[in-house]
Amino acid sequence: MTTLTHGEARGGAPKGSAPKTEQPAAASAAKARSAAQRRKVWIWVGRIALAVVIIGGWQLCTNVKPDGKHPLVDPFFFGMPTQIWDALVALFSNTEDASFGSIWENIWVTGQEAILGFLLGTCVGIVLGLLLGSNRYLSSVVGPYIRIVNSIPRIILGSIFIVAFGLGTFPKVLLAAVLVFFVVFFNAFQGVREVDQNLVANVRVLGASPFQVAIHVTIPSAMTWIIASLHTAFGFAIIGALVAEVLGAQQGLGLIISQAQGKFDPDTVFACMIIIAVITLLAEFLIGLLEHSLLKWRPPNKSEAQTI
Amino acid sequence: MSANHRIRPPADGGGDGGARIDIAGLTKRYLTPKGETFTAIRDVSLTVEPGQFCSIVGPTGCGKSTTLAQVSGLEKPSAGSVKVGSHLVDGITNGVSYMFQADALFPWKSVLSNVMMGPILLGTPKREATELARDWLRRVGLAGFEDRYPHQLSGGMRKRVAMAAALINNPRILLMDEPFGALDVQTKAIMQNELLKLWEELRPSVLFITHDLDEAVALSDRVVIMTSSPGSVKDVFDIDLPRPRGNVQQIRHEERFLELQGQIWESLKDEVTRAYARTAGAA
Repeated sequence: MTTLTHGEARGGAPKGSAPKTEQPAAASAAKARSAAQRRKVWIWVGRIALAVVIIGGWQLCTNVKPDGKHPLVDPFFFGMPTQIWDALVALFSNTEDASFGSIWENIWVTGQEAILGFLLGTCVGIVLGLLLGSNRYLSSVVGPYIRIVNSIPRIILGSIFIVAFGLGTFPKVLLAAVLVFFVVFFNAFQGVREVDQNLVANVRVLGASPFQVAIHVTIPSAMTWIIASLHTAFGFAIIGALVAEVLGAQQGLGLIISQAQGKFDPDTVFACMIIIAVITLLAEFLIGLLEHSLLKWRPPNKSEAQTI
Repeated sequence: MSANHRIRPPADGGGDGGARIDIAGLTKRYLTPKGETFTAIRDVSLTVEPGQFCSIVGPTGCGKSTTLAQVSGLEKPSAGSVKVGSHLVDGITNGVSYMFQADALFPWKSVLSNVMMGPILLGTPKREATELARDWLRRVGLAGFEDRYPHQLSGGMRKRVAMAAALINNPRILLMDEPFGALDVQTKAIMQNELLKLWEELRPSVLFITHDLDEAVALSDRVVIMTSSPGSVKDVFDIDLPRPRGNVQQIRHEERFLELQGQIWESLKDEVTRAYARTAGAA
């Protein structure tokens, strides 16, 4: 940025006395700053316009009746933004009517399942990933089975878990953990494989034991990969918890969704989607903070700094 | 090599020198993925006297790095043996430090923690290790950079960190695999001078791989020429330029330097041409 403005300043002013070159430099810096600001404003204008077009278009299409009777898009099936808002308000306001507790209770139940599943899946994934990644024999033996298990649709396991462990929290946690495990496991495994062999050789020559190699080289190096996987992993944890709840539960957002489905109430389903999106974004944010503090040694991403 | 050899006191000024390296009939074969055997080095024999600075020069792919890996104990020779001091190398050799072309620094550790690694791995208490690392950073001219991360440093500065990390344990043997290969010419000259200065204080035995003949002659007591693959020792030149050498750039213009450099180039020329012809033919 600074070199750019310097260049402009030199190009703009003829080579001469110092004060003459000083002023255009300050002026062009201010110009560049205001240009950057304008760009930011326009980006926000675009973003808001896009939201208005999509939500407004949805509202319009569900309201406009070209033939006077049937709307262009039937809100009975596809909901309507204003009705979704009403459903959202209704979810948060009425507590006595819902037979399975207030919305906050249900959010807490689903969140709890997702978080526990996330933690369990992450821990097991990291441990097994590191173990198999650093042990050639183990990885050769177990490798094909992991691939097979990975290729079957694991979400189906939810049915088995519900049958085996009932309608409580545990089967939900288990399904979330299974989904999370594979994401984290493969990244941890790959992370160990990508360790800089020079670094390993270096510490081995300095007298490191295999344990020390793991502590000082393998694990920190694989951490980049593992943390990258956590963003997707939390999404999977939520999906696991929700699907298990839809399959059978006594409480949770998944239950609200499946009941709304039974009552032909798409607005409540959409309202639950919004709640889940907020939870996931919140979790993303927390994981981002964790990433930032654990990976502060990394060079700042240039493209990130310039384009956004 | 008992423990007292591993945790030697850090040299303040005068080091207690290096160990003799005896390489005898060293051969290393690898199995290629196709199932053929590939001989990287064949029957390499050479000796590095204690505290000697020995360079290995040879065409690309002649097994120079393979030779170093056998000395460090990272790999096991297919035939022949390496002796460090009176000890036959079997497993990681004690008192060895390695410096690679790509700087093997931990990107997630600060400069200070990077340099501390050596003593920490030998079980030195953390406070002592920190003191030692600070002292070494001062010696390589990086005082004040303790809390930076490697990516915040220039290539030359990273090399200084790597050098401090390699020398902090006061190694008996320093293995250097084209350590300055990726540096620009000016930085390279500065680093060579720094290396000579530190080496003269500690006097470890050095095995130094390079492609740069000038570098080899300017730094070394002995230059070993290797043949193209499979690598073996072709010629050994003793460099009788007086020590301390002083500025590496100035020594390049001395008559004796040019004479030695000419002789070594004569010996190396054929090998380089042969290696080049082979790769050109294969391509």
